[in-house]
Amino acid sequence: MVNGINLALQFLDSFAFIVLAAAGLAIIFGIMGVINLAHGEFILIGAYTATLAVTQLGLPLVVAMLVGGLVTGLFGIVTERVIISGAWPNYISQRTLGRDVIEPLYDRLADSMVATFGLSLILTQGARIRFGNSIDQIATPFGAISYGAFSYSTYRIVLAGVSIGLLLATYYLFTRTDFGMRARATIQDKETAQAMGVNTDRMYMLTFGFGSALAGLTGALFAPVISMQPTLGDQFLVEAFVAVVVGGPSVVLGTALSGGVLGAILATFSNLYGTFIGRIALLVAALIALRFLPDGITGFIEQLRQRRQESD
Amino acid sequence: MSDTETESDIDSLGPNVRQTAAELATGDRTDTLLQTDGLVKQFGGFTATDDVDFSVSEGELRCLIGPNGAGKSTLLNLITGTYEASDGSIYYNGHDITNLDPHERVSRGISMKFQVPSVYGDLSVRENVRLPVQQFADGEERRRLVAEAIEAAGLTGYEDVAAGQLSHGQQQQLEIGMAAALEPDLLLLDEPVAGLDVAEREAIAERIRRLNEEQGIAFVVIEHDTDFVASIAEEVTVLHNGEVFREGPIGEIESDSEVQRIYLGGES
Repeated sequence: MVNGINLALQFLDSFAFIVLAAAGLAIIFGIMGVINLAHGEFILIGAYTATLAVTQLGLPLVVAMLVGGLVTGLFGIVTERVIISGAWPNYISQRTLGRDVIEPLYDRLADSMVATFGLSLILTQGARIRFGNSIDQIATPFGAISYGAFSYSTYRIVLAGVSIGLLLATYYLFTRTDFGMRARATIQDKETAQAMGVNTDRMYMLTFGFGSALAGLTGALFAPVISMQPTLGDQFLVEAFVAVVVGGPSVVLGTALSGGVLGAILATFSNLYGTFIGRIALLVAALIALRFLPDGITGFIEQLRQRRQESD
Repeated sequence: MSDTETESDIDSLGPNVRQTAAELATGDRTDTLLQTDGLVKQFGGFTATDDVDFSVSEGELRCLIGPNGAGKSTLLNLITGTYEASDGSIYYNGHDITNLDPHERVSRGISMKFQVPSVYGDLSVRENVRLPVQQFADGEERRRLVAEAIEAAGLTGYEDVAAGQLSHGQQQQLEIGMAAALEPDLLLLDEPVAGLDVAEREAIAERIRRLNEEQGIAFVVIEHDTDFVASIAEEVTVLHNGEVFREGPIGEIESDSEVQRIYLGGES
């Protein structure tokens, strides 16, 4: 029998997992047209950094998690400058060869996938070589809440709150700040944004850094509840890509809605038939969504809005 | 600007601008705002602009005409930095800006309105205008400049309307307003009245004249309609096959038989 409280908690858990897994990927894909196949490894960097900051440096957990996000964000900026935009190699090649050697990977989906897949292999193996097959995990904070015969990790509920907080903060950043205005202008029309004085190159760099920091923060937040091994990013990747595809073009709303819909499906089927069937249900839901809503949920909403405007 | 910067700039300038910079150094200021020196742009094997020497004075209102494919839009995109020059140099206020990024050229005072209306359809009129204004103004000043720009564009009352919902003429006005909101010294307009009716054309012409007279903004306007050109500009540059073909007062240009042959008469 389905336990209502269990189901609600499982929904919150699935929602938080999907939203946190997808947020960084959605921003980088939605704004820059770059599919970052190293997204799982960015999560790995955040998780390892936070864990090592606690176990090796003795930092408080919250500080260690913020450090995890920050380090991953900085790594993302370096990745963007070296691989995605090629700005740093081109700076050197312009002065030695007199020409650029790297064409930026913005809006080059297949090329960006190949480049970042290579990066993901390097990062996974690099982590394995440097830290071995696993590192010591940090303890799950906050204990558990009990109700009847059941108990549930309080930290998992905190994660749900954090995921909602991050969505709201990201929404605020992209809709209410000067940075967000420049980012939206850059997404819609790069040339016009440049003509309006926006440094689009810098916007891409900061956006990639922000998306990377979110991925790192996700890893840091989940560090206490997942096994610390070099392939830990893989378990986030499926949910992240499914959420981005189902969510559609609107980064924040799409991630929130797909987190809600897919989270409900994942929670319900996992609760009824176990985790394995839950993940199959998630993928089937993604297939159905792609068949009937090829532009995702927010693409469908946008079509409805345009139709209504045309009929007015 | 430092002395070192001035000297290095003078050293790297072409003959026309060398004179300008030397005059600047002696305090005998000339009014050359923009100068291109042997500007070339090639797309593969196609040469879009070929050895173009083109200059604009401070506060000047100059039109750029020529048949399709003459290189007019390419020249403006080279000046803004949207395109990278294959060869040659661009000087602005005596500085070599050839290798500057587009946003750096904007911060030096060059602004542009593109041929295809490029307002942000999903953003409101206020947000569209806020984008350029927020580059240099904050708080109360920002609000004031945004309100002024919206009023100047004749869009008061439309502040919260998505720009994509405006008429074509309103979008053209909004886009000129966005470019002017950057408070440039040089404003480049690529076919600002294409697709507009007579009244809308006159409104745009009036706007250009006002910005030129009241704020001293220099203009380079690409336009095919010679009546419109005559209504706003005294000096005209004719481009043909990527080269400067003629320059002079609109009256002379209109009566030039060679110009009529390549442009007004039929060859295109």
